[in-house]
This record gives sequence, structure tokens and C-alpha cells, in this order.
Amino acid sequence: MADSFQFELVSPEKLLMSEAVTAVSIPGSEGFFTVMAKHAPVMTTVKPGIVLVSKEGGSEERIFVRGGFADVNENGLTLLAEHAEPADKVDLQALDQSIKDAEEDVADAEGPEAKAKAQHQLDQLREAREGLAG
Amino acid sequence: MASLKDLRNRIASVKSTQKITKAMQMVAAAKLRRAEEAAAAARPYADRMASVLGNIAGAVEGDGPPLMVGTGKDDVHLLVVFTAERGLCGGFNASIVKLARQHQRRLEGEGKTVKFLAVGKKAWDIMRRDLSGKIVERVDFRDVKQIGFDEADMLGEKVMELFAKGEFDVCTIFYSAFQNVITQVPTAQQIIPADLSGAGEEKSETGGVAVYEYEPEPGAILDALIPRNIKVQILHAMLENAASEQGARMSAMDNATRNAGDMIDKLSVSYNRQRQAQITTELVEIISGAEAL
Repeated sequence: MADSFQFELVSPEKLLMSEAVTAVSIPGSEGFFTVMAKHAPVMTTVKPGIVLVSKEGGSEERIFVRGGFADVNENGLTLLAEHAEPADKVDLQALDQSIKDAEEDVADAEGPEAKAKAQHQLDQLREAREGLAG
Repeated sequence: MASLKDLRNRIASVKSTQKITKAMQMVAAAKLRRAEEAAAAARPYADRMASVLGNIAGAVEGDGPPLMVGTGKDDVHLLVVFTAERGLCGGFNASIVKLARQHQRRLEGEGKTVKFLAVGKKAWDIMRRDLSGKIVERVDFRDVKQIGFDEADMLGEKVMELFAKGEFDVCTIFYSAFQNVITQVPTAQQIIPADLSGAGEEKSETGGVAVYEYEPEPGAILDALIPRNIKVQILHAMLENAASEQGARMSAMDNATRNAGDMIDKLSVSYNRQRQAQITTELVEIISGAEAL
């Protein structure tokens, strides 16, 4: 069995999870990656999507996060999430609403730079939506 | 001298006031527990954020984003004053505003320009009389039941928008730090440019050993991290403030209830004395009437 390491998931309002896990898959902004014990120190931004936590004993948990930061160091993995909730409890309507908002942002954006940024945001949200549906 | 009936009415009215203050005290106690829990629950995020920030600030080459290093000037100060939405909580609102006013006077004495952002209905109520020209914006959360990240997010965006427009150089927030039910300390905290001295210390303990890989490069992460940190500090201030407010209200209402109790005692004494005097007078009248026959 794989070694375990400390995983902490915190949202601004509270500490959501703090326990020993074997692997965590994270939707990094530069691509998905999986953290296991003794991972090299990495710091990255996280885009909206599903975090897959494999706990000790083989059970898995899917958590939906809306952006944030992941910090891997010798003490374990800390995920600072903007919003986090179990994937099966996600309010899809609220998510659809924010996709709609993002679409409007794209339409309203002035200048190519703002447009690209808004479009990027929208793409990330859409991708997360697909991930949840599937 | 008030008549017996007047006294009776007074006592009844003080009693009902006491009932209200007692109820408010108990409501504040219940809310305080919730507010304290919320403040405690938000602490881990702020702690982690500080250590992550300390880590990354050391890795950035050259200057950080303007939100971190400032504009290079400190001519215009923005003071964000957090107060409660309601009164009846002792000197809570007044003491926060007082601290902000002290800062304002000091800064203006140094020839700086001061602007205010009033958060909470009471800040506006207290400051509008003589500072209305200096208040750039006011925000209140009257309809918000439980302060959460959304409110901090909104406020943070507002502050950073003002910063981006070059409206100010230094931003300081004023709130009341919660120590316990009796003690709340009005506190000033500078958020822009970010004060990383505390986070930097932590870095020297854990840093140096680990060589981080950054994805994307440190500067880009920092660009995203600093605004978040500002919002987190705002959230922290708001939650502390909410707990302090309930604590202050609780002790204010406790005092009020006790005062009402004292008052009822005094009124009852004078009511009884007057009643006794009246009975004695009547008796004297009857006896002297009987003797005259």
C-alpha cells in the first residue's frame, strides 16, 4: 500500500478536511496532476474542477473546488480553495448561473486582454461543469 | 412628589425595559457563540495563506505586484472603518471610529490626504456629520445574516478597484479585535501595500530547505495570491468585528439589565415608603376625628 501524507483542504470560511491520504488529484491551472507521498515541493494555482482524494483504506472522495492554490511541501499538501464542496452536493443551478455570468462578462469585456481573461474564466467553468456532469 | 400611581407606572415601565435588555443580552450571547465559531473556523485559511505567501514572496525576483510593494508614495491614505449595523452595544462603534479619527488627525498633521470608506451603517451615521466630504464610499451589510467570503470578496474588489484607479496609496483597515466578552481592542491594520513582515519570519524557519517548483511562475501566482490575501484579511476583520460586536452588546445589555434592577429597587423603596406615609396620615385623620367627638 502506498505511503500516506497529510492533506489539508481549507476554504476561507473553515478547515474542511485535514487527514492522512494516499493520493490527491488536482486540477492545476497548467494541467491536472496527482500528488502522492514525498512529492517534490510545488506551488500552483488551481482552476475550477474536481479534486479526487484517495484516502487510506482505498475509499475515494470527489470534491468540487472553484479555484485556489495548492501548496505541496515536506509537511504535505495544503489546498487553499476559494469554494469547496463535495461533488455530489454541488448546486448545479448556481454553477450554471455563474457560467451565464461569465458569458455575459465575455460579451461585456472591453479590449482584447479583458476579453481573453473572461473567456479563459468561462472555459474553465464550462470544463468544470462537464466534469461534474460526467 | 410623584403620586403612588405615577410610581407604580414607572416601576412597570422600568420592568418591561429590563425584560427587553435581558432578552437582548441572551440573544447576543447566542450570536456571540456563533460569531466566535465562525472567526475560529476562518483562522486556518488565514494561517496557511500567510505561510504560503511568506514562501512565495521570497521566491519572486524583482519587484512584486503594486498591491504588495505599494505605489512608492504614501500621500493618500484610505481608511476603511468597520462598524456594526446596529447600536446598543456600548462604546463599540464609537471606539473604532475614534481610533480611525486619531489616525486621520495624525496623517493630516503630516500633510497627507485622508479618505474614508465606511463599512457598516453606524460608521456612516457617526462620521457623516463632519467627515462626509471625505467618505468616498459606504457599504452596509444590513441584509446579510452571516458574514461570509462573498461579502469580503465584494469589499476587496471595491478597495482594489479604487487602488487600480490610483485613488489612494496606502490602505488601512480599522476593526475591533475580539479578545473576550469584556475586552475588544480597536485595531488598525495596513493591508495595502501588504505587510509581509510576519509572513517573512515564518519563512526563515521553514524556508531554505525546500526548493519549490512554481507553476505558473512565482510572479503570476503572486499576482493571484495578493488580492486573495487582501480579501482574506478583510474577511478576518469582519468576522472578528462581528464577534466583538456581540461581545460588546452582551456586556452593555448586562449592565443595562443590572441598572434597571437597581432602579426598580429604589423605586419600590420610595413607593412603599409613600404608601406607608399615606396610611399613617389617614389613620391620624381618623383618630383625631374620633377624639374631637
